[in-house]
Parts: sequence; structure tokens; C-alpha cells
Amino acid sequence: MHRTGELYGQFQTLEQQKESATLGMWVFLITEILFFGGLFMTYTINRHEFPTAFGVAGNMLSLNLGFANTIVLIVSSFTMAMSVWSAQTSRKSMVPIWLLLTLVLGSVFLCIKVVEYKQKFDHHTVPGYHFDATYCSGSNNPCALSQKEFDDERKEVQEAIAAETEYAEQQNFGNAAATGVSAFNAHAQLYFSLYFGMTGLHALHMIVGAGLLVWLIFQGFKGRFDANYNTPVENIGLYWHFVDIVWIFLFPLLYLINRHLA
Amino acid sequence: MAAAGEDGRYMVKTCMAEHTEHIVSPKVYASVLAALLIGTVVTVQAAKINLYQWNIVLALTIAVTKMTLVILFFMHGKYSPGRTKLIIASGFFWLAIMLSLTLADYTTRHPEPSRSQVVFPSLTIPS
Repeated sequence: MHRTGELYGQFQTLEQQKESATLGMWVFLITEILFFGGLFMTYTINRHEFPTAFGVAGNMLSLNLGFANTIVLIVSSFTMAMSVWSAQTSRKSMVPIWLLLTLVLGSVFLCIKVVEYKQKFDHHTVPGYHFDATYCSGSNNPCALSQKEFDDERKEVQEAIAAETEYAEQQNFGNAAATGVSAFNAHAQLYFSLYFGMTGLHALHMIVGAGLLVWLIFQGFKGRFDANYNTPVENIGLYWHFVDIVWIFLFPLLYLINRHLA
Repeated sequence: MAAAGEDGRYMVKTCMAEHTEHIVSPKVYASVLAALLIGTVVTVQAAKINLYQWNIVLALTIAVTKMTLVILFFMHGKYSPGRTKLIIASGFFWLAIMLSLTLADYTTRHPEPSRSQVVFPSLTIPS
């Protein structure tokens, strides 16, 4: 991706040059799809293996924050698309405005993600030494959940532990009650490892995208992008939409699948 | 356009590029945005109803629909040249091969009964 819009020697036409850049971007995005695909596969297999713990752990996420983030990201995809349109129709001054809006929305997404991560630390659901998926359903409501949330979570956690205990009894694991609790915690921890791994990798892509946007905005204010030359806007736009697509799958898979249990 | 030309060749090619590029109108973008927002609300509301094994199917169907809209319109997939479409399709085809073969192996290899027998009473599908 060069910065002037002039024709390079290896291409016949500017059209061919731009198509090649876009094709190359798509090839890169395909490798990204396969990269995330491996994580989605890991998630699918583990969810298939531990549906109960994954369902309960998934319901511990904040649906409101996840929903808000989905809306924010989808709107940011729209503003990105509008910046591409502004460039294609040579509305030079509009290009950086739409890009700036995209950057702001991307930042809002990351801020909400920070709030969510902080909540996970407070709720002891970050994988590691302090992990305890039963913490919030303990007596006195230590996470200050609403009464309904607290009752639902308590019921779900108890059901999950009972199911794990029953399995431990069937398999003659010995001390089935203790095994039930630790098995539930282990499998919930698996869920939260995948949650942090997948949303963390997604957030990393957002941060990279935000960096690219900053560069684009500077170029945009210099009036670089118009109908003749907008390859960087188009291709970084493709990347931004790809990151949106990843979230379109992460949101239902991580936040929604077992909501009906409540 | 006329501002470009150190040489005539550059100017001509520039004009060609302008004529062939398909520009998606803001109306289309706004419609896609509306569809995506509606899809998000629908998927959240649908998740709260107990549809047993169909919850995941419905959630993924909506997600795939949303992804298709983003690729076709926001990412200009619909207006891309054939070879770009081929690259996009082959990428997803390859992903499908990887996922299905892994799952085929995983779901048939287990000698022991799967742990997925450990389920909620409320997850049990009524017969």
C-alpha cells in the first residue's frame, strides 16, 4: 500500500493496482478468520464437553454491557463505511470526520470492555489463584447483584454443582461433594479463560485498528483521500469490518446461549 | 482529474478507475445498519426464550446473516471482482473443512461416555 496513488511499474492500470491491494487485504483477512476459527473451535469443543458450567459461567457476564458494545461496534462499522463513501465521492473534508467518529466509537467499545474486565476481577472470575465461580452466589450477596440476578445465579450455580456431584458419584471419584464443587470451578475457569482469550484478542485487534485509524485521520485532514486514491481507507475499512464480524459471533456465543435458563 | 498528469498515461488510467469502481450509496449503508441493529435486538430477545437445542441454532443463524450483510455491503463483497469473491468463498470453505473434520474426529473418537451427560435438569430436552 503506497501513499501517493501513482501507478507502480508492475501494474497495467490504477484499477488493477487497487484491486490487487484489496485482494491482498482479503487474503490477510482470511488468515485472520482461520486464526480466530481455531479459538472458536476450542470454544465449541469445550462447550460441548462442559455445557452446564459453560452455561452458568456465560450467564455471569453482563448482558447489558455486551449488548451496548455490540451496538457501538455495529454503528462504528457504519461510520467506517461512510468514510469510504466520502473518499470515493471526493468529499475530502468528510473523510476524516467519519474516521474520527469511528475512532471515538472504537474507543467507547474498549472503555466498556475495561469496565467489564474490572467487574470480572471484582467477581473473582479471572482465571488464576483467586478464581472462584461461586463467589458472587455466596451468602450476603458480595457482588451486590440485584435480588433477581442473585437468586438466578445462586440457583444455577447450585444446580451445576449438583450435576457435577452426581457425575462424580457415578464415576466413583470419592468425596463426590468436594469433587463437584472443584469440577464446576475448573470448568467455569475454562470458560473464563476462553472468554478472556477471545475477547482479549479481539480487543487487541481493536487497538491495532484504532492505531491505523489515527494514521488515516492525519492523512485525511491533509486531504489525501479522494475518488482517485482511497486504497488505505478502503483496506483499513475492510479490517475494521472484519473485527466487527468477529464480535458479531463472540457476542451470542459468549453472552447469550444459556440466557433462557434464568 | 486533470490535475494529475505528469504524463498522459496516468490521466487515462485514472479515469478508467473512476468509471469501473462501484460506489455503494449511503442509503444502502443505512439500511444495512438498521438490519444489523434489528438483528442484534432480535438475537438478545430470542436468547431469553427457552428453545432447547434451537437457541444456539437461531443465535448462529442470525450471526451468519449479520456477517453476510457486512461482507456483501460494508465490505463491498457484492461489487468485488470475481477473483476477490473466489478468495472470500475459498477462505470460508477452508474454515468449514477445518471445523467439520476436527468435530468429526472429536465426536466419534471418545471411548468413554462424554461429560456432556452432566447437564442441567432445565437443559434436558422433553421427549
